[in-house]
Amino acid sequence: MKASLLSLPIKAAILSVMLLAVFLLIWHIATVPKETASATDTEYAKLMGGGAPKTTGLPTPGQIGEALLKQIRNPFYDNGPNDKGIGIQIAYSLARVLSGFLLAALVAIPLGFLIGMSPLIYRALNPFIQVLKPISPLAWMPLALYTIKDSATSSIFVIFICSIWPMLINTAHGVAGVRRDWLNVAKTLEVGIFRKAFLVVLPAAAPTILTGMRISMGIAWLVIVAAEMLVGGTGIGYFVWNEWNNLSLTNVIFAILMIGVVGMLLDMLFSVLQRAVTYVE
Amino acid sequence: MSSHSFLQVRQLRKSYSDAPDVKPVFHAVNFDIEKGEFICIIGHSGCGKSTILNILAGVDEASGGTVIMDAREVAGPSLDRGVVFQSHALMPWLTVLKNIAFAVKSRWPDWSDEKVKAHCQKYIDLVRLTGNEQKKPSQLSGGMKQRVGIARAFAIEPKMLLLDEPFGALDALTRGTIQDELLAICAKTQQTVFMITHDVDEAILLADKIMLMSNGPEARIAEIVVNTLPKTRTRADIHHHPQFYKIRNHLVDFLVNRSKTVQQTFVSDPNLIAFPPQVMPGLDGDSVDPAAAHKAPPPVLKQIK
Repeated sequence: MKASLLSLPIKAAILSVMLLAVFLLIWHIATVPKETASATDTEYAKLMGGGAPKTTGLPTPGQIGEALLKQIRNPFYDNGPNDKGIGIQIAYSLARVLSGFLLAALVAIPLGFLIGMSPLIYRALNPFIQVLKPISPLAWMPLALYTIKDSATSSIFVIFICSIWPMLINTAHGVAGVRRDWLNVAKTLEVGIFRKAFLVVLPAAAPTILTGMRISMGIAWLVIVAAEMLVGGTGIGYFVWNEWNNLSLTNVIFAILMIGVVGMLLDMLFSVLQRAVTYVE
Repeated sequence: MSSHSFLQVRQLRKSYSDAPDVKPVFHAVNFDIEKGEFICIIGHSGCGKSTILNILAGVDEASGGTVIMDAREVAGPSLDRGVVFQSHALMPWLTVLKNIAFAVKSRWPDWSDEKVKAHCQKYIDLVRLTGNEQKKPSQLSGGMKQRVGIARAFAIEPKMLLLDEPFGALDALTRGTIQDELLAICAKTQQTVFMITHDVDEAILLADKIMLMSNGPEARIAEIVVNTLPKTRTRADIHHHPQFYKIRNHLVDFLVNRSKTVQQTFVSDPNLIAFPPQVMPGLDGDSVDPAAAHKAPPPVLKQIK
């Protein structure tokens, strides 16, 4: 079979697998333990964990694979506060992200509607939004910890505050940008305010709103790792930090991989939702 | 007589600024429309045709003057007036059936789903779109979209239909077919229609009366051309009729020459309202003095009560 006969997705998949293989090979060559270690290597090995046998620093792809298999086989074990399965940790993180995200959506979408419909409210709220939007969500953490006095709730608040802005701004833009024609149709048909909001403005703005939600979810997933590193206890971010303290780079790399996969799945979910509400003009 | 007209427009004025040095787009617009009449309005871009239509529809506000329909003042939009928008304005996320059902449910909120569906189907069949009920607007051609727009406007059974250049974006062949359909539907339903067009032939085919608007700013309706061609005219035979070219020449002559200069003949007496004169160029004799054709007949003046 000639290469030109293959479809584009298949060609792309083959290329992806090849790139992965090359990457794993270079990684393996770079990290495989050598019998006669050079001076710098010894020093590095001493620094990284002299007590651990065979380890010369970064784990090999094989070790990561082993850890992956071990964790995937039993993702929900619970051996006390510092030894929980990856499934439990991810579930904690997802629960925080989802509650913070949903709270943000409950505030941002109605408020965005209001801002989008009323130029007065838009102008009145715009300065606040412009100042609050660029604040790193983690900067809120001390204030949240002090007022809420609960680390788990504080991290939910941080997710809330970081995911509210893209949703708010996109909802306002989507609502403000609904085509004049469609509003005029509603107007000439004497459609009531709620019927107009739900049957004309919402479907018209839905693709823009969903884009905002997708961006918010992406940011929330980025922020949760950092937030959990700060507040500790449970979650994928805490897991990464805990494994760093355990000097288990294998588990750190494994966790990084999992963060990426979960983030990708969340994004895919929103892309499906987005496709469901998108219309062709 | 005019006090009993179905639609009365008096001293309508639109200005985008209150400053005294800014001239209004149009002013002193006066006309009547009787029930069942098909009116076309022709004029150059910027004379305010669309604004007049939007004021009649209730989506735009006049700076002065009144519109009275069926003995009630027009203030804001109403289901009594169906609008076909230039850009069809269908909701792209709804199917053909649901686009029309949205309008029907707005008009009769108490109707059952079956009744709404049956009513929509009647108008989908009327514009010959049977079989396309479940298609989204993006799956339809330009002509089909505009037919959905027409069906939606007819489906609410308005007292008056307002059409804003509905066929402007269509190719000549499609336009012809839909014009024939519109003519047939209007003949069947005795619908009162106010339509904007740029197409002189379209106006002669469809309209009972053709309003000619002078150029803006300070545009007015300069005269009303009564279409004296028989009601039974069709697109196929209209240009064989001896009156057709007389009317056509009159309209084209107005657009090309007189729309710029006709303003000078207007009288502006604040105590009088000037009604545009009605002319019947189709009935003019063949030996008409060419100079007379360029002279506007004087407006009909009435004392303001």
